[in-house]
Amino acid sequence: MKELEYPFDAAYIIKKRKSLKKALLTDGTSRIRKKIAVFGGSTTSDIVKTLELFLLDAGIEPEFYESEYAQYFQDAMFPDETLLSFKPDIVFIHTTNRNVTNWPEMIDTTEQIDEKLHTELNRFTAMWKSIAEKFHCPIIQNNFEMPLYRLLGSRDAWDIHGRTNFLTRLNEAFYAYARENESFYIHDLNFVSADYGLKEWSNPLFWNMYKYAMCFEAIPSFAFSVSHIIKSIFGKNKKALALDLDNTLWGGVVGDDGVDGIEIGQETGVSQSYYEFQTYVKQLKSLGIVLTVCSKNDHENAIAGLNHPEGALRPDDFVIIKANWENKDRNIAETAAELNILPDSIVFADDNPAEREIVRTQIKGAAVPDMDGVENYITTIDRSGFFEVTTFSEDDLKRNEMYKKNALRAAEMASFGDYNDYLKSLEMHAVIDDFIPVYLARITQLTNKSNQFNVTTRRYTPAEMESVFEDDGYIRLYGKLIDKFGDNGVVSVVIGRKNGTALDIDLWLMSCRVLKRDMEFAMLDRLVERCREVGVETINGYYYPTAKNKMVSDLFGRFGFTKTEEHEDGSTVWQLRVADYKPQNHVIEVFGNDHAEA
Amino acid sequence: MDTREIFERLDRVFQDVFDDDTIHVTPKTTADDIEDWDSLEHITLISAVEREFRMKFKMGEISSMKNVGEMASIIAARAKG
Repeated sequence: MKELEYPFDAAYIIKKRKSLKKALLTDGTSRIRKKIAVFGGSTTSDIVKTLELFLLDAGIEPEFYESEYAQYFQDAMFPDETLLSFKPDIVFIHTTNRNVTNWPEMIDTTEQIDEKLHTELNRFTAMWKSIAEKFHCPIIQNNFEMPLYRLLGSRDAWDIHGRTNFLTRLNEAFYAYARENESFYIHDLNFVSADYGLKEWSNPLFWNMYKYAMCFEAIPSFAFSVSHIIKSIFGKNKKALALDLDNTLWGGVVGDDGVDGIEIGQETGVSQSYYEFQTYVKQLKSLGIVLTVCSKNDHENAIAGLNHPEGALRPDDFVIIKANWENKDRNIAETAAELNILPDSIVFADDNPAEREIVRTQIKGAAVPDMDGVENYITTIDRSGFFEVTTFSEDDLKRNEMYKKNALRAAEMASFGDYNDYLKSLEMHAVIDDFIPVYLARITQLTNKSNQFNVTTRRYTPAEMESVFEDDGYIRLYGKLIDKFGDNGVVSVVIGRKNGTALDIDLWLMSCRVLKRDMEFAMLDRLVERCREVGVETINGYYYPTAKNKMVSDLFGRFGFTKTEEHEDGSTVWQLRVADYKPQNHVIEVFGNDHAEA
Repeated sequence: MDTREIFERLDRVFQDVFDDDTIHVTPKTTADDIEDWDSLEHITLISAVEREFRMKFKMGEISSMKNVGEMASIIAARAKG
């Protein structure tokens, strides 16, 4: 919804909150439901109501638990029945510098200040541990914003008696905990408040009148920032950035002005701004964001522009280059199809409002930021939070490369008459085995990102995955596929829960980048093998339809399962007798974990 | 800005904040007259009124305002100054 996209009008959101919510709830979008517990150290009422809007807009329908006023510590340490039975999917600890009680005094010695620091820190670590134990869910914790005043002036920053210094040290200790603990995420309140303007942000009127730890109009900025982490945890990040060229990646029109005439590089302020933007886009690529071009240009002009010696980007930074005279919505739809991603996971960046409007209206769910003035491009994309990083795996580093190899495979496929011959020519081998710790982050990430090839669309938090990993009651398989073009990384995950002599399939997913490679059959062969080893006789498969997973509605049928139940909502139950099964993969050579790092 | 204009604009703000087009405020209107007007919504309302009239209430004013009439007279006074 345009009203909730960066740069939004905070006052408008505050005033129109009720009607915005109504509009979101009746727009026909299907949303995942998540329970969010907010443990506040100050008033949270309007924060929660505003956060709700941003989450609804991102495809998440939240249900909230809110602490009684400032009861964050009690709720974390001694949750009552209501809270325990609420079973949150996420706990957000909304504390601020208003909740620090042991401030350093000028007369304190170094030891006394260290002691105070530890007292503060211990209170928080005790809460985090208690929450992890009692709720097994991700934790989002604010860091501290800088204080409203500095008793020592600039000295406050480095002198251990300064509150600024004290808060900085606390923040550092929080970050150390975040580095050591999965499923623990810092919400960077310190940055958001500085970005907004600390003086306005900390206006004491709102604390003294209403016990809000920030000024009222800052609440949307704050809630928006928190929503990015939640979106990212639940797999709602964008995956690809489709870029226009003329006046988006460089100044001028390459078709008219020629390569020598476009503005990019170090010559002028304008060309430097475009250069900075290109550098930023290249950095996004290093996060695993897939880059594509969507431009109205002749193809050779587009390539020439991207080869400009002063530019930071090169043609091979892009997985797909659509430079033609088709309508852009069509090019975006084709780009999504070729990448095997959903159109709503694309961000389209174009300086031309008319092109943006076409894509915004034709491609439902695609993000179309207002790219207005090259000097604003970076902040527009950055502040929109499309690509908030909560987990980062090896695979993210290699993603662009992998998509490009897929394009090579597609080219090779065209040269084969028989599809099976083509598959054999790929010289595929796979590692399919029980989970190992090094892949847990990637496996968890896949469960939160895969929408299409996913029979149950069950999402796992890192903590839940950890407990599945440690439980003997499960048969777990991950699959990693390698072929002559390169390593696709971990692309498939199966989790089955033992139920007497049967195995209930909780999860069966595969990344769409290895569709039609027979990888699913290799996984099934291995699963059956494992079932035989532990005496499982039947496998029960479950399909739960969503708006996105139609491609696997008959997966178990193709596998040779028999349908045993069919429900009105479209969900189906399937069964396979292990004894009758014969292997179905003949094109992938399969290894175990001893080959995992090969 | 005359009193009638102030009340017309206040009507619109109240209607937006409480998402109810039937609301019309008078000088005597208080929180008791509008169902959703509780202490939590009060701050939303104050914030929206400040935006509408491009002015800020002082802390003392926010806590001492008894009804919409008093709110309107502060707005009118601020507009003159």
